[in-house]
Amino acid sequence: MFRFRNHHRIGISLSENGFIPLTRMSDGESGKIIQVLGGKGITDRLTAIGIRQGQRITRIGGMYLHGPVTVQIEKTQVAIGFGMATKILIEPEK
Amino acid sequence: MKILLMGNPNVGKSVLFSRLTGVHVITANYPGTTVGYSNGFMKVGAEKADIIDVPGTYTLEPTNEAERIAAEMVKTGDIIINVVNATNLERNLYLTLQLLEKKIPIVVALNMWDDTKHLGIDIDLEKLHSLLGVPVIPTVAVTGLGGKELVESLSRAAPGQMLAHTQDERWAAVGNIVRQVQQITHRHHTWRERLSDASVRPLSGMLIALIVLALSFGIVRLIGESLITYLLDPIFNQWGKVVMQLSDLLGGSGLFHNILVGRLINGQIDFVQSLGLLTTGLYVEFVMVLPYVLAFYLVLGILEDTGYLPRLAVLMDTILHRLGLHGYAIIPTMLGLGCNVPAILATRILESKRERFIAATLISIAVPCASLQAMIFGLVGKQGPQYVVLIFGILLMVWVFLGFIINRFTGGFSPELLTEIPPYRIPPWRIMGKKLGMRVWQFIKEALPVVTGAVLVMNLLYTLGVFDAIAQFLSPIVTGWLGLPKEAIVAIIVGFIRKDVAMGMLAPLSLTANQLVVASLVLAMFFPCIASFVILTRELGIKDMLRSTVIMVVSALAVGGLVNLILP
Repeated sequence: MFRFRNHHRIGISLSENGFIPLTRMSDGESGKIIQVLGGKGITDRLTAIGIRQGQRITRIGGMYLHGPVTVQIEKTQVAIGFGMATKILIEPEK
Repeated sequence: MKILLMGNPNVGKSVLFSRLTGVHVITANYPGTTVGYSNGFMKVGAEKADIIDVPGTYTLEPTNEAERIAAEMVKTGDIIINVVNATNLERNLYLTLQLLEKKIPIVVALNMWDDTKHLGIDIDLEKLHSLLGVPVIPTVAVTGLGGKELVESLSRAAPGQMLAHTQDERWAAVGNIVRQVQQITHRHHTWRERLSDASVRPLSGMLIALIVLALSFGIVRLIGESLITYLLDPIFNQWGKVVMQLSDLLGGSGLFHNILVGRLINGQIDFVQSLGLLTTGLYVEFVMVLPYVLAFYLVLGILEDTGYLPRLAVLMDTILHRLGLHGYAIIPTMLGLGCNVPAILATRILESKRERFIAATLISIAVPCASLQAMIFGLVGKQGPQYVVLIFGILLMVWVFLGFIINRFTGGFSPELLTEIPPYRIPPWRIMGKKLGMRVWQFIKEALPVVTGAVLVMNLLYTLGVFDAIAQFLSPIVTGWLGLPKEAIVAIIVGFIRKDVAMGMLAPLSLTANQLVVASLVLAMFFPCIASFVILTRELGIKDMLRSTVIMVVSALAVGGLVNLILP
């Protein structure tokens, strides 16, 4: 339950800037990573696998019931757990 | 001289290692195949070099056990061959820069070089070489391309010129290099990429998973049964005649006869029930179990090498979260359907101690290995397929409920799934064939002496009446609670050594179908075989192993007793 609330809060507070969490993107949509919210543990894991601020990513798919979100960065696909995906802020491409 | 093969997960280090050393190690198309390190030798000029296949890591600041091993090994190397995925230069170069900072001579192997062309990636090798200051050799490990050049370049291996950076500086440097050496042109989606995308979307993903799992199961059964019916049973019919002559020669009874031939049933050898070394001992391993082991590892090899398993992880993530795991735990679990030993080792790809405990415990209890499965198919299947379905259904339920309970009552929380999804690949058939051969050989090598020993000891203990005493002692539990004849205790004890032999020992007891279901469940859950137990202790430590064991014994007795009460 807390996951949903978290997701919701980020969505409200930042959607005014046109930024949305990765979980709110639709399949096939691309955008730029604006920020990774969350502690050093999470940012370090994401950074190591190649997901960091400023990169262009495309969402490939997301599973039901808060399942993982799969994204593509250049030629590589990465699956990201839902909770982590809510913490990745995206500026979608128009 | 010590050479380390290092790089990101799933870039082909182990395939390259096999190429360079001729030592075959298990390879597959998913990140985290290698969780320990392998040693081999290779000639470099006139010198014999020690070469080590290090588990893959994205960074030298480890996030799991396999990566920790990698980070610790760096210090021990004289030369590092940094294997880089040429189709993902940016992320791979981060580790390269970290390695360059270590001042150890390095050569970069730009692997999967063939993939860059059809993906529209163009890399300026000369420029990359001059920017990094170390040799850069394009390679294709699965075909062996570039192997010779790589070995020659070792003499030119140079320590890095990069100075220590912060994380941000490193990424900036990587970005700078990539901008100068790489150009990407747009390419249209291939069918493999479309299939890849469909696999990680809910509806199409579930459909694909159902098809893949149904096909896998079907193929295993088809190959297993065909081998038994058309090849192995006919061979053993002939073998039976030979052993029968031996039986006559030995006079048809006595200790020696019982050990070799076993007990005659109606004056005839019964391969399932005689329990002799040359009859049941050989028959169980080579006819009832080996065909399924072979078929299982063939199918597993295809699933591993095409790259399907990480997709299954994405699909299973939500369910596994309820069990305190994340999706990637499905990979050790699938390996466990072959043998629990490599499965428990493979839990090293999970990030936390807590996850490893839950995953390893669940594997030990509710994931029957191929040997045990084969025996369940063989023995229980005769009573009707519904009983086999019942056993597997209950084990699946146990897996889910037990996971749920352990998750609730174990402190801490589990991290989330984060994994690279490798592209689908056509399996490299030769390498896959070698892997299959290795696994089957491993099975025979381990099973044969243990089975032989078990049959031998069993017969001696039988003759000495030891089993009767134990059976008498434990009969309240076995007879009263589980509803099994007291002789079944012998099988359960033998289950400590090997599950397939143990199942085989149930055969002469003429159990009812329901009793067989209970006995199979207890055997599957009660205690891992000795080999798995040793690995479990080593991987979890004594304390967690004891906790795990208590859970096993309690849940086996609970489930066995309840099923006995519920079944009509």
